[in-house]
Amino acid sequence: MAQSEQEILDGLAEIVNEETGIDTASVEMDKSFTEDLDIDSLSMMTIVVNAEEKFGVRIPDSEVKNLKTVRDAVTFISGAQA
Amino acid sequence: MGILEGKKLLITGVLMDSSIAFHVAKIAQQEGATVVLTSFGRTMKITQTIAKRLPETPVVIELDVSDQEHLDTLADRLREHVDGLDGVLHSIGFAPQGAFNFLEGTWEDVSTAVQISAYSLKSLAVACLPLMSGGGSVVGLTFDAKFAWPVYDWMGVAKAAFESTNRYLARDLGPKDVRCNLVAAGPIRTTAAKSIPGFEQFEKIWDDRAPLGWDVNDPEPAAKACAALLSDWFPATTGEIVHVDGGVHAMGQ
Repeated sequence: MAQSEQEILDGLAEIVNEETGIDTASVEMDKSFTEDLDIDSLSMMTIVVNAEEKFGVRIPDSEVKNLKTVRDAVTFISGAQA
Repeated sequence: MGILEGKKLLITGVLMDSSIAFHVAKIAQQEGATVVLTSFGRTMKITQTIAKRLPETPVVIELDVSDQEHLDTLADRLREHVDGLDGVLHSIGFAPQGAFNFLEGTWEDVSTAVQISAYSLKSLAVACLPLMSGGGSVVGLTFDAKFAWPVYDWMGVAKAAFESTNRYLARDLGPKDVRCNLVAAGPIRTTAAKSIPGFEQFEKIWDDRAPLGWDVNDPEPAAKACAALLSDWFPATTGEIVHVDGGVHAMGQ
């Protein structure tokens, strides 16, 4: 079932919080995973795998490098659910 | 009845569902085996999530092959879940980035690569031995170490040590009815492969030279060979390397 971008953002923020301890309110659309949120590649893998489970989508390895900002991830997940 | 019916297997190296080890675990379960996975440190959470994508969700226990305490307690921790082991898959390798530059790689880089990627085969086999009183099969994954490849550098040297370790293990574990064999797979786009700078150069070599062709996105041929070696269908084979590479190893330039 397709979710709104806000629902995806909220869910993603929970996953990021669980993996890294970063406050969910800090996970904003225009934040970069690496530069702003300081998320390393292993944490990013954990987040991707958990996002796949939570949102019922597959995020191919080749796509992960394109997910630079939170918005990139939300947009990809939203498109994959459609 | 599957070729692994009733077998109890320890499978290391399941990280993502692109991992060769994931496909070995999947095929093993489909063929009737009970599977226990290992992972370690921060990758535990990923393995536990990915494990749910197998036909049956297996137990994941922690094993860092460079941690002697983990090795010493492995058999006891496994006994909490299985009463013995019939086989072990070694799908473990690591080299620091510096090891992928042959002339510049330091001994620190190289020794880490050899410890984690080669010595660990012996460590893992010995740690599992108390559970293999009825014999068993140890299977590992190599990348043909007969040649000097582009970019593989000290990891290639570590794989040569790994292949030699397999032969010595075969010698010492044969009398205990434990077989030790390797699968030399062609390049597969796993998480491990993506950590190798210039991995795409391998893809070109296989595109040009594999008489059977080769799909870098398909780990199943290598996984099937591992499952076969873990089964009773290679009862008199040990110290061997089975090439699952589309035929590249047999071709001239």
